[in-house]
Amino acid sequence: MDSLQSYLIIAAILFSMGIYGVITRKNAVAILMGIELILNSANINFIAFNRFGGMANLDGHVFSIFVIVLAAAEAAVALAIVINLFKNVGSVDVDDADLLKG
Amino acid sequence: MAENLFLIIAALVIASAFWVVFSPNLIHSAVSLLFTLFSTAGLYIFLYADFIAATQVVIYVGGILVLIIFGVMLTNRIDTPSIAASSKNQFIGGMGAFSIFVIQVSVIFNTPWHIGTEQSRDSTVASIGYLLLNEYLLPFEIISILLLAALMGAALLSRRT
Repeated sequence: MDSLQSYLIIAAILFSMGIYGVITRKNAVAILMGIELILNSANINFIAFNRFGGMANLDGHVFSIFVIVLAAAEAAVALAIVINLFKNVGSVDVDDADLLKG
Repeated sequence: MAENLFLIIAALVIASAFWVVFSPNLIHSAVSLLFTLFSTAGLYIFLYADFIAATQVVIYVGGILVLIIFGVMLTNRIDTPSIAASSKNQFIGGMGAFSIFVIQVSVIFNTPWHIGTEQSRDSTVASIGYLLLNEYLLPFEIISILLLAALMGAALLSRRT
């Protein structure tokens, strides 16, 4: 049960859930939550391969730290954009964000 | 004991991730994301990644999730008891996500993964610090500057003019 495949399956389920959330949600913040799920599944894969690959070094851990930092930066910028969208359009529904449409 | 704990944590990850994307209430999604992130930290502990588990709790749960809940609160009328999070294109989205999942599962089970011998390991903090200040020094500095620039840009974007 505690094998590489089980962790990869968990990460695959998380990734598919995140993709589903990004495709179907209309609220911009909910789309952001889907992106967080996708980044988490990538992190699980990094750590699982580092654990089961028999590597003596910890490169996978360092990469997952970079992924976490990128997720923090992405969440901050995306929420600033969402708040600006709310100020300009009055809703965070991504269907209403069509100001550039002619 | 450990097997059962692993199964419970895996079920918690999957169930709470399910509720994140399917809940009709946005606040419920955010709270469910809290459970997903916490139980992912549990998975990291099962993988002998103690530092990553602590980082996950501190940054994701303590930082990003609070930011997301602030985003929910700032962009909705909070006097209404339930903040609706409607979905559309459920069929296309479900088909796309399910086909991606099938492809991933077939790849996972058909690839002959290289499984190495198990390394016994102490705390990973010292080795991660060594790697960050030797081999990965340049990426570390670049990502620090990226994070600084992103946070300054976010503060500039969202200030009241």
